[in-house]
Amino acid sequence: MSLKIADKTFNSRLFTGTGKFSSASLMEESLLVSGSELVTVALKRVDLKGQDDDILSHLLHPQFNLLPNTSGVRTAREAVFAAQLAREALETNWLKLEIHPDPKYLLPDPIESLKAAEELAKLGFIVLPYIHADPVLCKRLEDAGVAAVMPLGSPIGSNKGLKTIDFLEIIIEQSKVPVVIDAGIGAPSDAAKAMEIGADAVLVNTAIAVSQNPVAMAMAFKMAVEAGRMAFEAKLAQPSRQAVASSPLTEFLNN
Amino acid sequence: MNTDFQSVFEKYSWQEIKESILAKTSADVQSALRSDGRRNLEDFKALISPAAMPFLEEMAQLSHKLTQKRFGKTIQMYVPLYLSNECQNICTYCGFSFDNKIKRKTLNDEEILQEVRFIKSMGYDHVLLVTGEANQTVGVPYLKRVMQLIRPYFSLISMEVQPLDETDYEELIEEGLNTVLVYQETYHQEDYRLHHPKGKKANFEYRLLTPDRLGKAGIHKMGLGVLIGLEDWRTDCFLTALHLDYLEKTYWQTKYSISFPRLRPFSGGLDPKVEMSDRELVQLICAFRIFNEEVELSLSTRENPVFRDHVIKLGITSISAGSKTNPGGYVVEPESLEQFEISDERSPKEIAEMIERQGYQPVWKDWESCFV
Repeated sequence: MSLKIADKTFNSRLFTGTGKFSSASLMEESLLVSGSELVTVALKRVDLKGQDDDILSHLLHPQFNLLPNTSGVRTAREAVFAAQLAREALETNWLKLEIHPDPKYLLPDPIESLKAAEELAKLGFIVLPYIHADPVLCKRLEDAGVAAVMPLGSPIGSNKGLKTIDFLEIIIEQSKVPVVIDAGIGAPSDAAKAMEIGADAVLVNTAIAVSQNPVAMAMAFKMAVEAGRMAFEAKLAQPSRQAVASSPLTEFLNN
Repeated sequence: MNTDFQSVFEKYSWQEIKESILAKTSADVQSALRSDGRRNLEDFKALISPAAMPFLEEMAQLSHKLTQKRFGKTIQMYVPLYLSNECQNICTYCGFSFDNKIKRKTLNDEEILQEVRFIKSMGYDHVLLVTGEANQTVGVPYLKRVMQLIRPYFSLISMEVQPLDETDYEELIEEGLNTVLVYQETYHQEDYRLHHPKGKKANFEYRLLTPDRLGKAGIHKMGLGVLIGLEDWRTDCFLTALHLDYLEKTYWQTKYSISFPRLRPFSGGLDPKVEMSDRELVQLICAFRIFNEEVELSLSTRENPVFRDHVIKLGITSISAGSKTNPGGYVVEPESLEQFEISDERSPKEIAEMIERQGYQPVWKDWESCFV
């Protein structure tokens, strides 16, 4: 049931973010309960010069692999620069590539993302790009050498769920790299649905951090992701609008 | 087509806006509040109208929820660094006004570094540079030098200085300038002229088009606002919202923030023409949030502690603390002329503790200086 991305194996398919929590200790507690093994951290939020950054000092658990993200950059050039800074400061070549020049909806720039992914893959980064649910773009990124793709379910932070589901299904069908559904997952049922349609993992932040009880919500997401994955592996029965009792069109063959 | 905000602004009449806001009914307010989609400028009018007052608690609940969804349980911390109080403008409401015959001060490099060290010791990583308008002493070359001097100390540098040309902004952005605040003071043209009788600031149009120049220069973030107390705040704030709406569509790669400074006393200054109550300021804060879920809303130490403590949860996303509004105010020359009296004297540490007690996380760093 484990998931492999690049050289790492994950037992949990719930990836998490570190923003929007009311305190770093509540973030730590929630992430521990979630069982998450891949935790994304905005480079712009951590103090790379200081020794005791409040976020990083709460992520010092062996199960947490850090996934630095480039939130804040607007171009491929800035993303590559930020990636190098993150690699040096956080000692990991894993990177969540986020290029959203639109600060209002934080929607990813497909052109700059592809350019940056090509360059970063050449520089030896394990690149996980945050992108639109665009099947062709996902194949192009795969060719560029990314380790996984992270299409969005709906606009980031919107809690609107899997609005892009038809495109996500095509991406999942076609992809040769793991598909991580990122952004918009607002409820455990959304996460379960994502897993049921065959996503390899989901990334959740706002829905946990902003809930009234982030620790309980983290647990709820953990269970939903596990249930959804189990259902996918057990092969879901196809839904049907009515009972299928007879076969009027082919019955003559039995005579 | 090459247009600017002037062409949008000219289509509006102050009097008509004012009347249409006053004509809003509780049905308009309810429709704005219960709308499923995004609210438009007519909804904003309803939300700032007197008809919305009975819905204040409902507005506050909605504003609280929308703010947390977007910004999480966090409040950004910033502090001003006043570089100079020299000014060639006469502004009737400002302590730095040219006709205010008090000794002037502009910080030199060594003095700036002393102030910077103190600001860093308070825990800050985001700083707002403030000056008056004195192009001989604090023009672009001075600002450029200051940027080069202080850039190693801060992740994010903002400015609230005189309006500049597009190429000046480009130069300063190259030096790491992230955010520029430029308040129109008032969109009421005749009143603007009365309050700004002398100096470059007397040019209403040049100021009005400053956000356009900033947008063209590719600034990361800009701050808008009016000085509340000069004119009818509802009409002025509607025009701020109109400006914001235009800018977001035109310069879509820029982030925006709004401030609501209420006129504060200073030595020899003017009394507000229009008073805005605390209740009305809460209404305005909530109205901006409900109108625009992504805009940052900022509150300074002009407001008193009780008020500030309570609005943390209502839609505000960034606040200052421990501020001095005079050049050298932290260390170098604590007694120099200040721009206005602050109302909240608590230290950044006390404010951070207050924020934490309310279940929010104070954020000191949210930028990386390598993002140009």
